[in-house]
Amino acid sequence: MKDILQVLEDRRAEARLGGGQKRIEAQHGKGKLTARERIELLLDEDSFEEFDMFVAHRCTDFGMEKQRPYGDGVITGWGTVNGRQVYVFSQDFTVFGGSLSETHAQKICKIMDMAMQNGAPVIGINDSGGARIQEGVASLAGYAEVFQRNIMASGVVPQISVIMGPCAGGAVYSPAMTDFIFMVKDSSYMFVTGPDVVKTVTNEVVTAEELGGASTHTKKSSVADGAFENDVEAMAEVRRLIDLLPLNNREKPPVRPFFDEPGRVEPSLDTLIPENANSPYDMKELILKVADEADFYEIQEDFAKNIITGFIRLEGQTVGVVANQPMVLAGCLDIDSSRKAARFVRFCDAFEIPILTFVDVPGFLPGTGQEYGGVIKHGAKLLFAYGEATVPKVTVITRKAYGGAYDVMASKHLRGDFNYAWPTAEIAVMGAKGATEIIHRADLGDAEKIAGHTKDYEDRFANPFVAAERGFIDEVIQPRSTRKRVSRAFASLRGKKLTNPWKKHDNIPL
Amino acid sequence: MFKKILIANRGEIACRVMKTARKMGIKTVAIYSDADRHALHVKMADEAVHIGPAPANQSYIVIDKVMDAIRQTGAEAVHPGYGFLSENPKFAQALEAEGVAFIGPPVGAIEAMGDKITSKKLAQEAGVSTVPGYMGLIEDAEEAVKISNEVGYPVMIKASAGGGGKGMRIAWNDAEAREGFQSSKNEAANSFGDDRIFIEKFVTQPRHIEIQVLADTHGNAVYLHERECSIQRRNQKVVEEAPSPFLDEATRKAMGEQAVALAQAVDYASAGTVEFIVDGERNFYFLEMNTRLQVEHPVTELITGVDLVEQMIRVAAGEKLPMAQSDLKIHGWAIENRLYAEDPYRGFLPSIGRLTRYRPPEEHADAGSAVRNDTGVFEGGEISMYYDPMIAKLCTWAPTRTQAIEEMRVALDSFEVEGIGHNLPFLSAVMDHPKFTAGEMTTAFIEEEYPDGFDGVTLHTVDLRRIAAACAAMNRVAEIRRARVSGRLDNHERHVGEKWNVALQDVDFDAVVSADHDGATVMFDDGEALRVSGDWTPGDTLAKMVVDGQPLVLKVGKISGGFRIRSRGADLKVHVRTPRQAELAKLMPVKLAPDTSKLLLCPMPGLIVKVDVEVGQEVQEGQPLCTVEAMKMENILRAEKKSVVAKINASAGDSLAVDDVIMEFE
Repeated sequence: MKDILQVLEDRRAEARLGGGQKRIEAQHGKGKLTARERIELLLDEDSFEEFDMFVAHRCTDFGMEKQRPYGDGVITGWGTVNGRQVYVFSQDFTVFGGSLSETHAQKICKIMDMAMQNGAPVIGINDSGGARIQEGVASLAGYAEVFQRNIMASGVVPQISVIMGPCAGGAVYSPAMTDFIFMVKDSSYMFVTGPDVVKTVTNEVVTAEELGGASTHTKKSSVADGAFENDVEAMAEVRRLIDLLPLNNREKPPVRPFFDEPGRVEPSLDTLIPENANSPYDMKELILKVADEADFYEIQEDFAKNIITGFIRLEGQTVGVVANQPMVLAGCLDIDSSRKAARFVRFCDAFEIPILTFVDVPGFLPGTGQEYGGVIKHGAKLLFAYGEATVPKVTVITRKAYGGAYDVMASKHLRGDFNYAWPTAEIAVMGAKGATEIIHRADLGDAEKIAGHTKDYEDRFANPFVAAERGFIDEVIQPRSTRKRVSRAFASLRGKKLTNPWKKHDNIPL
Repeated sequence: MFKKILIANRGEIACRVMKTARKMGIKTVAIYSDADRHALHVKMADEAVHIGPAPANQSYIVIDKVMDAIRQTGAEAVHPGYGFLSENPKFAQALEAEGVAFIGPPVGAIEAMGDKITSKKLAQEAGVSTVPGYMGLIEDAEEAVKISNEVGYPVMIKASAGGGGKGMRIAWNDAEAREGFQSSKNEAANSFGDDRIFIEKFVTQPRHIEIQVLADTHGNAVYLHERECSIQRRNQKVVEEAPSPFLDEATRKAMGEQAVALAQAVDYASAGTVEFIVDGERNFYFLEMNTRLQVEHPVTELITGVDLVEQMIRVAAGEKLPMAQSDLKIHGWAIENRLYAEDPYRGFLPSIGRLTRYRPPEEHADAGSAVRNDTGVFEGGEISMYYDPMIAKLCTWAPTRTQAIEEMRVALDSFEVEGIGHNLPFLSAVMDHPKFTAGEMTTAFIEEEYPDGFDGVTLHTVDLRRIAAACAAMNRVAEIRRARVSGRLDNHERHVGEKWNVALQDVDFDAVVSADHDGATVMFDDGEALRVSGDWTPGDTLAKMVVDGQPLVLKVGKISGGFRIRSRGADLKVHVRTPRQAELAKLMPVKLAPDTSKLLLCPMPGLIVKVDVEVGQEVQEGQPLCTVEAMKMENILRAEKKSVVAKINASAGDSLAVDDVIMEFE
């Protein structure tokens, strides 16, 4: 009996060593942790329960039968993050470069199926050279099996991808279909075709980092939602995100004890809006001062900065925030910001996370670049996302809410539950100057008359009261009491039930 | 007594004057410019009158506008504060002409003391010690030697037209005097076309010590002892204290009596300050007399218990001084630290913008200690570029100097200012500087101790351990809270362990945290145990802890896996990790910050007005490279060293953010 126990321990020890000490050291040499070390950092201490430790590939071509390491290049299992269940797979670069074989894929599929069945998030840690070429189509089939599960799990359990090494070719499409992609700066990259192929086909010379590094994907392509300094920070920040997300689409977002008075008054918000209507201010100050403990988990911080998206807590419970940022492009909506915010709103709606919207939007960005790029359909994505969302929606207009962009930004007309405005709000079709020049075209030559008309228009529309008279604004609130009002609004919406008509699925303008 | 007074000033001093006026039951009138529409002094006043655009020369110092405000509100007297119109005899005359009382000295005194030469002459006549020297023209080197001997070495040989160190020599003996005279003369002739030379005593180890005087219109005058203001940066006072750690009783008395004599010689009536320069042997020499309330007056108030503003108002109303010289004792020790909106990490460049957070330490006063903060700003207010960058004067008082310094350290650590750059870390550094704590400073203190500017404080292991212990205990609270999120798997909750590793500055400590209901004991791996208590909860930006019986106040910010801690002038990233996390963290590559020595970075958000160089051009040290306009102020950026411009990334009209790369050098 003792021997058998020893055999088990020996086998485990062998499995834990992955591709061997030398490769582990090589991995460390690149500033990367091993697949198991990453899991250790991601999960609560001693909470990891492994599946399929002894799975090995079944390939017999190209001499592969001589090398059948345990685990087959991916560690899978479940564990807890602050006591809440999650499923995880972590590709092991020390074993066949983390390449995906049929059995490697099967291991991933197994825990994804479990996650779906038991209602817990899936966290995928990607560090893989790509397909196991020796296995040919079996490997491709493996990818597709994973893809199909990503698709089925979408909107059922949160799926988070962390790219912590190479992720190229077909492999990118699994993370691409998950809810969030995070990368590690300087040690990860993602692309469909690598620099060599790019050079052959298009003659472009580009490094892997330039083509698909963290900077590219967080700033230019928006493929990634965030980037972290190193593996340790990445795992800590994924834990932080998990703390904010419900485990599945049947649960309410998590609540944790909080130490911040929901009625906290912030007198400094009364002076947030500058005297000059064209001066910018930092919307993040409002977000931080409204949030519990000034804690904000920003999503896509470096992309389309004219809109801010991310998670805060109010009374300990997760709330998704969407806010125009007047500091960038005057906070206007454009293709990028609409896409960014639309995806975020849909994530929140899928997982029952209430949405708080702060509005200061002068309209949509004009220009051929935008029109040729299809701003009509991209802008419609955000409109669609807000309109279909059935979660509690609270909106605060701080300053400008002009034109169609007013409608888009979680207006009352899109089933907003609470639509508040600060006294500084201006809800109108457009700015006073533009409006006057259209209404009083005949007087355009007379600067004095135009100035008078502009003043009239401002007096009439550059305030929240016209909208409030019609009930489009539920209440005009003091900036200083925003946290209190918003917290109470969400509290009152805890029992909200709203369902959309039955449909197979909608047809959002993709 | 007056029923209503107008305060012809802004900022903290306007608020300061209003406090006393309110205490005395006098109504107050504020004046304000466009930039101060929402300023604190406007909110505090009973009435406020708008007097014009933001620049002071179109508002606060336009006598006619102030006079209009007085007429409009019927104020009976005017307190001018400091700066602006406070030492302008024309303003005092204008008030006199309208029959409005000036809460300050008579016009004659302002005029007499306003001129450097006249004031020095008057001082000499009143028996005040002045810097010995020869003001007449000196013919040749031999005469220079003769005069130098009369004055006594060391002497300063100066060009009449001199400035900026040019045509200036210090001589310690005859040979140097002879040589110095010649070279000064030549340099002066070349630089200024005026080779007149004079000689005066060179004051070694100079300290700036000033005497506060108070006089009434009935011929009474007293001195309220001294203030030492030696810690200055480019003639701008930074730290002041009362009394001076340097004076002995005899010197104090001599200086005080001379100051009173001078005040009486010019029929002074109000609060005034006689400034002296004091050398290493406690010889003191008259510099000038300030005929107004000084910025640093609170330290005198704290050690004498006299409200100087109240006395100024009473004197202006014709009352007699209620105290005699013998009533004025020095009680304890007071220190003032001036909080400037200047970024110490960027060469003390003025910083403007919105105060997103402004939480001064709580004011208090009891037998053992006092904290006082004179301020003119508030959270959510705007720091504009139009006025003085000083935003607050933090003062502490305690029975002894050592205690007052300790009070100040804690008060500085408790002072939260965000949104703008400010000198709090620098002030903390000064409060911990051994020369300051020993009281051994001269006016060259900052220049000598921080020759290359200020780049933060490196803490000693003892301090780091105390911070590490506090962070370990705080982290435990944060982790336990994290582990209490809803949706946990019953019976499989996370257990928060006791063993932690705290990494900060360039060290890390292994520690065991044992918590109980009063706090925690943090045991380091070498066996040292520190007891930590405090009521910090996650999200608090200020942790008022007690570590090993001593208070420790930390400003707490968020970073991944730990805290950003600011304390005692240091700005630390503190990572608190489990032993396993720490082990793995050690495998992480150290990423070096990009080398910016060959880049010209934009020091502030602003607009490029002009680029003075082109690609390939060789530039010399100090040569202008480009001009950045920020808030209507033009800042010329200059080459730090000789180099060649490799690339220019910005052109006129571009608006840039802080740290944007303007140009690159080879």
